[in-house]
Amino acid sequence: MSQPSSELMIEARAVEKWYPNGFQALRGASLTVRRGEVVVIMGPSGSGKSTFIRTFNALEDFQKGSITVDGIVLSNDLRNIDAVRREVGMVFQQFNLFPHLSVLDNLTLAPVLVRRRPKAEVEKQAWALLERVGIAEQAGKYPGQLSGGQQQRVAIARALCMEPRILLFDEPTSALDPEMVREVLEVMQNLAADDITMVVVTHEVKFARHVAHRVVLMADGEVVEEAEPEVFFTNPSHQRTRRFLDQIL
Amino acid sequence: MKPLLRRLRAELFATRTDTVLSLALISLITLAAFGVLRWAFTQAQWAVIRVNSTLFAVGRYPVEQQWRLWLLTALLVAASGATWGLLRAHPRPDRSGVLWPRNDRLALVLLVLIALAVPAALGLSLAIASRWWGLTVLLILCRWLAGRFGAGLPASGQRLAALVWPALYLVGMVLISGGLGLVTVSPSEWGGLMLTLLASSFAILLCFPIGVLLALGRRSDLPLLRWGSVLYIEFIRGAPLITLLFLGQNILGFLLPGGLAPERVWRAAWVLTFFAAAYLAEAVRSGLAAVPRGQLEAARSLGLSYPKALQHVVLPQALRVALPAMVGQFISLLQDTTLLSLIGLLELLGTARTVMANPAFLGRNGEVYLTLAVLFWGCCAALGLGSRALERRLDPHAVPSAT
Repeated sequence: MSQPSSELMIEARAVEKWYPNGFQALRGASLTVRRGEVVVIMGPSGSGKSTFIRTFNALEDFQKGSITVDGIVLSNDLRNIDAVRREVGMVFQQFNLFPHLSVLDNLTLAPVLVRRRPKAEVEKQAWALLERVGIAEQAGKYPGQLSGGQQQRVAIARALCMEPRILLFDEPTSALDPEMVREVLEVMQNLAADDITMVVVTHEVKFARHVAHRVVLMADGEVVEEAEPEVFFTNPSHQRTRRFLDQIL
Repeated sequence: MKPLLRRLRAELFATRTDTVLSLALISLITLAAFGVLRWAFTQAQWAVIRVNSTLFAVGRYPVEQQWRLWLLTALLVAASGATWGLLRAHPRPDRSGVLWPRNDRLALVLLVLIALAVPAALGLSLAIASRWWGLTVLLILCRWLAGRFGAGLPASGQRLAALVWPALYLVGMVLISGGLGLVTVSPSEWGGLMLTLLASSFAILLCFPIGVLLALGRRSDLPLLRWGSVLYIEFIRGAPLITLLFLGQNILGFLLPGGLAPERVWRAAWVLTFFAAAYLAEAVRSGLAAVPRGQLEAARSLGLSYPKALQHVVLPQALRVALPAMVGQFISLLQDTTLLSLIGLLELLGTARTVMANPAFLGRNGEVYLTLAVLFWGCCAALGLGSRALERRLDPHAVPSAT
């Protein structure tokens, strides 16, 4: 496992968010993530985990607090948002592949349109990425013709094709059949060995234990506990964490 | 022969009830077909169609200028053949295409039969009949050439080739109406099938972008845009087309900027466009609603701007879902053009009414209306077939296959 540097990639301070219906999803959540670090966020459903990481690439707005991503302050300035999104990749629970495009075109769409790179060069990179996640032979197929596990691996490759400095995973294995979870986790574990910064919302304890540098527990829109995996799972300092671990272990 | 019999037995006479139902239906269909055929060959007098075939085709378009229409038809036929061949030469990347699938061969045989039978039935002069044959040969030739040599065309070339169609539409406008050195033929002299196709294609082409914008406006976060779109759509959908057509004849000249709708034909075409756009917007809206939210989020998280996400991710999917409903709109739009006869334009129905009013052809309504029905059916069938082929080509879930 590579060691994270001291450079800050994500700095979220006391973030508060209300949904339009008045529900407060985040109540002063704070988190810092260093470059190259793998942070796993756990917590009961409805604790605001997904909402929290979705604020990191401005898929959700927030009303109070501040978030800085790779040195860019997230504000309502649209140019900032586009700049942040170029640096932050996201992998969704439901894959969200583009069903009308072939696997290869799913990967090349954004680099060609957003980064304005030549198509041939992007395609070469896309082939290499598909090779890396083990589905190069499916490049010409459409997402609907692949299994869930294959689709999620394509989604990871699609995010990587933009060469992001940060990858966010929003419950990447929750929608998968059990026998496909492993192939996706293996790809993620592989990535973690690289320099890339990862924030992963997941319930996969084994992944958190063996891959994460730090595990975070969120509850009721707040970060309750932050610790190294060893400490988090064996000797957590908060009652709330113990109760949560009792439920899932 | 044996498998056919076995299949017939399995599909029509499997059980006692099936047998009774099949026999009843078969005798009913036979009776109806026999009745129609007997009428068509013994009662009907087709002279009314034979004598007026030019009138039905182009109305009172000046005879000495009709070569322009033949030229336009030839261009359209050539472009259709080339497009057809190119599409077959470039199957979807996940499918193995056949250059000449069975349906294509069947279609060609049908086209040749039509080219031979129709001029004979209409009793056309050899000069005109040979033009029909020439058009058919041109179609087959372009289809063959494009299929044979089209595979080498790169993607950029294909995009350029698609631009032939809008260019051809503009050329067609010039050829029909004149200008650029050609003698002007005033719209009041246009008529028949040509006017029907012109008005409906104009409305179909222009209502599409307007409808998409309206659908996007209706889903917009900006209240003014949203309410404006809703108001427009609901107002147009609440009014009968015929009222709007009369209204258009009276006030559209004031509403549109100078010179855009000076002629009755153009005013009517614009009304058709604005009318169809409201219905199309609702079809597109249903398509937009069918695209999951995650698609936009995924596109945005990859850094695509909102317009780019719409253009490359959301709209292609929404339009594919909306395609059957949209083509349904186009088909009813084509038939709605018959209302133009009520405001005094001589499109197909208007032409038919003038023909039937001619004392020489008194009481020949059946022949005229049947011809009209067949012509409209032909146009609608072409639209429907085209849309189904497009649907199949765009369907991401369709199993990879030979076609």
